[in-house]
This record gives sequence, C-alpha cells and structure tokens, in this order.
Amino acid sequence: MTHVSLKQLTKIYPGSIEPSLDQLSLEIASGELTALLGPSGCGKTTTMKMIAGLLEPTAGDVTFDGRSVLRDKPEHRGVVMVFQNYLLFPYMSVAANIGFGLKMRKIDQTEIDRRVSEMLDLVKLPDLGARRPSELSGGQQQRVALARALIVQPNVLLLDEPLSNLDAHLRFEMRDLIRNLQQDMGITTIFVTHDQEEAVVLADKVALILDGRLKQYDVPSAFYSRPVDKATALFFGGQNFLAGTVNDDQFVTRFGSLRLSEKTPNGPGTLTIRPENIRIGSTADGRNSVVASLIDKIYLGTQTRLQCQVGETQLQVIANPNDVLEYEPGQNIPLLFPENALWVLQS
Amino acid sequence: MQRNGSLLGSSFRFLTGALLITWLVLPLIPLAIWSFAKGWFYPSLLPKMWSLKAWKYAFSDTSGVLDSLWLTIGISLAATFLSVLVGVPAGRALGMYQFKGKSAVELLILAPMIVPGIAVVLGIHSVFISMGLTNSVPGVILVHLIPTIPYMVLVMAGIFANYDPAFESQARSLGASAPKTFWYVTLPAIMPGIIVGGLFAFLVSWSQYILTLLIGGGRVVTLPLLLFNFATSGRNDITGAIGMIYILPGIIILILTAKHLSGRSGAVGGFGQI
Repeated sequence: MTHVSLKQLTKIYPGSIEPSLDQLSLEIASGELTALLGPSGCGKTTTMKMIAGLLEPTAGDVTFDGRSVLRDKPEHRGVVMVFQNYLLFPYMSVAANIGFGLKMRKIDQTEIDRRVSEMLDLVKLPDLGARRPSELSGGQQQRVALARALIVQPNVLLLDEPLSNLDAHLRFEMRDLIRNLQQDMGITTIFVTHDQEEAVVLADKVALILDGRLKQYDVPSAFYSRPVDKATALFFGGQNFLAGTVNDDQFVTRFGSLRLSEKTPNGPGTLTIRPENIRIGSTADGRNSVVASLIDKIYLGTQTRLQCQVGETQLQVIANPNDVLEYEPGQNIPLLFPENALWVLQS
Repeated sequence: MQRNGSLLGSSFRFLTGALLITWLVLPLIPLAIWSFAKGWFYPSLLPKMWSLKAWKYAFSDTSGVLDSLWLTIGISLAATFLSVLVGVPAGRALGMYQFKGKSAVELLILAPMIVPGIAVVLGIHSVFISMGLTNSVPGVILVHLIPTIPYMVLVMAGIFANYDPAFESQARSLGASAPKTFWYVTLPAIMPGIIVGGLFAFLVSWSQYILTLLIGGGRVVTLPLLLFNFATSGRNDITGAIGMIYILPGIIILILTAKHLSGRSGAVGGFGQI
C-alpha cells in the first residue's frame, strides 16, 4: 500500500523548448487505480517513466508515502511497469519470464517455481509455463506480462495502454482480471491510455492531461456530468455547447431560458448537455422544453442519433430507437433538457 | 503444385550448395594430396609413392608449426576479444542513436576495409616504434584490430538497429541491476551478432600476413608467415600439411556458427538495416 504524490513534475526533453509535461501535481491514494488519460504525445508515458525511474524529471518530485524516490534506481523503487507491447523476453520460457523478477531478488529456485505456478493459475494460464512467448496469443502474452509484474508484489504497478491491443470481448475479460488482482493485492496502480472508454471502465479516478497539463482529476462520471472546460467535454464526446448568460437559476439562450439545478454564478457562460441526456418529449408546464426541427436521423442499432436545429443552434441527440420511430427528418420534434443534466462551463 | 515448387526450390538449393562446396573444396584437394605424397610429377594423375613424412615434420619440434599454431590461436583470440569489447558499444552507438558527425564516424570505422592495409601499416609502424610495440605479440594483436574492428562494428550496428532497448527498461523495472540487465537481457539478444562478428574478426586476424610481418618484424611468426616461408621454398608436401592445419580452425568455427549465418539472422545485415 503506497500513496504516490507527483509534485510539479516537469519534463523538458533536451533540444526542445516546450515542456512535454508541465508541472503535473497529482495525489494518488494508496490502493487506488488511476488512469492518466490524454491523446498521444500529451506526456503521459513520460510521466510513467519518471515514476518508474526510467527517465529523470527536469523539475518537480515523485514521492511514495511522503518520501522522495528520485534518487532511487529503477530496480530499487518497487515499481513495475508493464509496457504496451508486453516485452516478454523472447529467449526465455513463459515460466522464466514470470520468475525473472524473483530471480533478480535472489529467491530460491524451488520457491520461484512454486510462486510462478501460483501466478499462472491466477492469470488463468496453467500448463503454459514451458511455452515460448512467441507461441502465445496477444491476450495470453499480456496476462504473462501482468503475472511477471505482479509476482514481485510491487508497491506501485504501472500499465501502459493495458487494454488497447485487445479485441472487444477480451477487453472486458482483461479489465475484470486487472481490477480483481489489483484490488485483492491492494497495489496502487497507474495506467496510461488515450482511450477515454478504457479509462472509464477501468479506473477509480481519471487524470486528464492535455498538452502536457493536467485538465481535470476526478471520478470517471464527473468527466461526463461536470467537465471543467470545453476541451475536456469534447475529449469525452460532448457535442452540444450553447452560448448564453446565467441569471440566478436560469440560463438564458437565444431560443429561451433553461432552468439550472446547480447554483451557478451569474454572467456569460457556455451551457453543455450530453447528447444522450436530451430527452424526447416535453414537461407539462413547458419548462426546459423546446420544439426543434429534425435535420437528420441515423439508426445505429442500440441507439438512434439525431441532428436537430433550434433557430441557429445545432443540437446532437442520442435517443432510444423506440422513442423516435414516429419522427422523420423535416418534421418538428419536442426536446426536453432535464435540469440535472445541464452544466455551465466556466469561461 | 506447392509440392512441386518446393521440390524444385530444394533441388536448386542443393545444386547451388554443391557448386559452392566444389568451388571452395576443389583447390584444397591437390594441397591435401601433396601433404601425403612422396614426389608427385607430371604426367601422373596421382603420386606414385605415399608418405607421412611431411605430417611428421609438421608436428615435430624442429618445424615450429605447433608453436606457431598456438601463437596464432592466441593472437587471433585476443584480437577477437578486444574487437568484441570495442565493437559492441560502438555498434550500439551507431545502430541505435543519432548524433552529430555519425556518418563521419561510420566512414572512419569502415576506412580500414577500403584503404589497403599496407598503406595504413606504414604510418602505424613508425608510431609503434616510438611506443616500443614493434617486434612484439601485443603490437601484433593491436595492429590486427585495424581490420577486425570494422567487421565487428558493422555486424553489431546491424544487430542494434533491430534491437528494442525497452527490454532493458523492463528488466530494470522488474528489479534487475544494470550489470544483471546486460547479462540476462542484452547479451542473449545480441549474442548472434557477437558470434558472427567474432567469427569474422577471428578469421580476419587469422589470415593477416602483411600486418603481422611488418609490425612483428619477423619475430612474431604466425602460421601464415610460416606457410609462406615453406611455400616460397618449394616444399609442396610440407606446405600442403601446414595448409591443412591452417584451414582447420576456419572450418571448425564455420560449422559451429553455421546456424547464425543464414540470411534470416539480423547479424548478417550490417549497415543496410540501420
């Protein structure tokens, strides 16, 4: 159980002026599973390598339980990194790969064999110990890589894009495996990903990094309901942004006023509502309801995507296919904005 | 069809293999016959009389062949070992990193393969005299590094160009110290290159004549020098016997390392793969 703190962590690579990572501060609670999320090149892998000791920060500090680890060599930090391409040593058997960390710690070979077979059971790969890594499928290789990391019982586990190389059904299997093992062992785990879905399904908390800066650090659902700014909302698939003014509990737009449930300071702002939170229909008293014209309708199987227009404003709506059977492009459609789904972005 | 194709392919491979072996072995046959002949004169196809005299002489103390054999093995092994020590880090730098003046360094390392050895050694000779390295075994070993290092660096640069250093990061993060990482992770990955490069280095050193003659000053008598002495003195039988001894290490090394020499091995790619 290790509490990890990043303090103003900064990395400027030699020969470049722009920092790859700019004063990142994060508190990662002991035993928590945290995602560092951001597009490729945003500095998230750089952050992982600095935590692992594989890269020296330009400025800032990394502490485990309050103690700076910057002077510790990578092999003494108790941090194991699992790389995206698994990096199983090709000329060693699966069992030798998993036992590698214990061998480096000079543990007795019979003890290594015992713990390796235990680990193989845990990742559901019994009987594969004698194989070569090249004889395994991608999913199996990843489980071996995970076993190889977990067997040394690290204080901190780092995972680089743990689900991105897997196909859909393996993703959920692997997600459950990672979550279960991580929680059983209580290992503070940090993983990086560029895929917001991967971050949301796996992590307790998500740190969104854009352009080398921390945008928001919160539980996954907050990124959908309470994004800090437009860039964050866009990254998580937000599409509806309405300019207007907050006036007490009302948000005044060009096509009328919408009532807000959350207390918001008065002044100009941008209102956002997720496409899936706009409902079809209207309230009895007409509050927070508008009539829009339906421009386009795309049936996607489990959902139907609607493109609507109110005055000059475009709105994207994701609806249950059964709710919109009767509406065709060119017709009017009633839209309802639930109070608790409205969120005003600070400008 | 597939079967026919592969049959055609394998028979073609067999044919070219047989041709290559004939090409290499044919010139050696007269040498072998000479070593067992007691006079062999035109127009007889084979010698009339056979004898082991040449071989007996070759293995006797007076000929100095055995002393020379051990000396040559020692010099070549030392030159190979030093080439590995220089070639592995140099190959890593050239194969993995981009730096200012890289092509100049490449050219400098490859220069000894292009410039005739005799041109190089005449300059080095005067330097070695001032350093007291002429007429000595260490001097000969050092001068052998001039032609051996390029081969070693070339092979190792090819290996490192296709090498992923992230394996080392992975090992470190699993708890391996830097020396252990090299031993358990880097070394096995680059071993084919060390074997192939070492083989080249050994054989290049093994067959040095001019460099050994000039720097050794005739005091360091390696097998090629001895062989040349007998060949020029017209003793075909003894030349044949020493010749047989001379080519033996090459054949042994070739057999031991054959599997690393196939076209699929990264070790034989050289700079082409950087």
